[in-house]
Amino acid sequence: MKQMLNIALPKGRLGEKVYAMFKKAGFPCPSIEEPSRKLIFENEACGVRYFWVKPSDVAIYVERGAADIGVAGKDILLEYEPDIYELLDLDLGKCRMAVAAKAGFRDDTRRKLKVATKFTNIASQYYRDQGRDIDIIHLNGSIEIAPILGLSDVIVDIVETGTTLKENDLQVYDTIVPISARLIANKASYKFKGHQIDQILASMRQQMATTTR
Amino acid sequence: MMTRSPQERVAYQLRDLYGRYGYTQYKMSKFEGYDLYARNKDFLISDQVITFTDLSGKLMALKPDVTLSIVKNSKDTASVQKLYYNENVYRVTKGAQGFREIQQMGLECLGPIDSYCISEVLLLAAKSLSTISGDAVLDVSHLGLIRQLLDSMAFSHDHRAALLKAIGEKNPHELTAACQAAQLSEDDTQLLRELTTLSGSPEQVLPRLEQLVSGKVSPDTLAQFREVIGSLSCSSIAPLVRIDFSVVDDIHYYNGYVFKGFVNGIPGSVLSGGQYDKLMKKMGRSDRAIGFAVYLDMLEHLEDTQAGYDVDTVLLYDETTPLTQIRKAAKALASNGKRVLVQRCVPEDIRYETIVNIQEVTDLEADA
Repeated sequence: MKQMLNIALPKGRLGEKVYAMFKKAGFPCPSIEEPSRKLIFENEACGVRYFWVKPSDVAIYVERGAADIGVAGKDILLEYEPDIYELLDLDLGKCRMAVAAKAGFRDDTRRKLKVATKFTNIASQYYRDQGRDIDIIHLNGSIEIAPILGLSDVIVDIVETGTTLKENDLQVYDTIVPISARLIANKASYKFKGHQIDQILASMRQQMATTTR
Repeated sequence: MMTRSPQERVAYQLRDLYGRYGYTQYKMSKFEGYDLYARNKDFLISDQVITFTDLSGKLMALKPDVTLSIVKNSKDTASVQKLYYNENVYRVTKGAQGFREIQQMGLECLGPIDSYCISEVLLLAAKSLSTISGDAVLDVSHLGLIRQLLDSMAFSHDHRAALLKAIGEKNPHELTAACQAAQLSEDDTQLLRELTTLSGSPEQVLPRLEQLVSGKVSPDTLAQFREVIGSLSCSSIAPLVRIDFSVVDDIHYYNGYVFKGFVNGIPGSVLSGGQYDKLMKKMGRSDRAIGFAVYLDMLEHLEDTQAGYDVDTVLLYDETTPLTQIRKAAKALASNGKRVLVQRCVPEDIRYETIVNIQEVTDLEADA
């Protein structure tokens, strides 16, 4: 019996774009293209099963083997450090992880720097590498208001266009790392479904080369 | 019929396998002085350890690892000590909110390790995997070879960790970025990129590997690698063995051969091992060592594939049935190895194949 390839797609525009790439790679699934609130879609003939998951959960699905492959942002991979193979930089969903603060901010090195962020691992690592003592404040959303209310000196967050920052009177002081979407694979799945995964990988590489040409 | 859980079945078969190769069981206490782990934190999968103070005031730990204790309690010898263990360890697994008790089985070879010992340990690792499932893979890599290759390239040691991380993730784009940061030549970058994706049977990989690394690693290392891997080719486990250089365990403790085992249906590596001469040296020992662990807890993932019943037969009796008759009926039903649960009514949430009323057995006996 043909083994099904399980693919975790990040909900949203990025997921739709990467599904189109999987489809071109020879793994279409017509039911996913129909309007529906379903989360799991299967094309038995092609041996593929797709599911929509929260973008930040893709890496967990893949690391734990519920999905064989998936597409996750580099921010999530850096934050959670899952034990997976990172096979391809898809060059999609590009943004950057940055340090932002109120205009006119000056880092007073005589005291601890208060850092508000959703990405505590990335922020801790970044300031540890600089030898800077910080007080980290984990927030789940609306990070931008933390410096305005005096909860933190700076924030570490994803910056795409910078509009949200500008509207909240914040500006970028440093870029920590550029971010984009990556094709990731479960290590064990790659051993047993490597043929299908390599087929997708080769096609995606080719699709990317054609786009950039 | 009587069924064992995959963990029980595999533990039983592995004990038999290791015993047949002359390995003796090493039993140990659940406790160890905490200082052993404090000194070797990097060797542990997680540095969090359950600690307590014993009656003399010494800080103790529930063992998070078996290898460190075996190394600590062994002595340098003229012959190779061949040991196996089946112990519970206590550690925090990734993403878990607390400690877990994990059953771990494995073996260690300590002493003047030679090519035969390495070949035997690799053979037993592959045989351990085939005990779990016929659909398994043993990925073998050689850290000494990777180290020599990196040493042949001119770059600062600060970049080594980033290069190894990218190799371990089969991550070509991050590897290219790390090579650029280390100012490696285009040829060296290309070589490392190919090494990262080089994976397959020894017959497929060895010729290309030799072309790639020729002149950059010692001919002796390469010849020994070829000899050891080649020695597995005539065994029944040969199809399981693959060379894959993305296996890069902690280079501070491991050297030479490192390997990981995977079984179809289990989402992570179920076996992990390697040569750890560096750990031996760090612990003041001149001997060498190689070993591996099988994570029996991972076999839980296989249980779902076994359709099964909790019992084969539920034997129902009532208050009027004489005790001797109940015992006789239960014994008769269990005579061919069936599991028989004797109850007055069927318990909720139990999976059974058949229900037998005591009256039916009595009637059958009467007819006979």
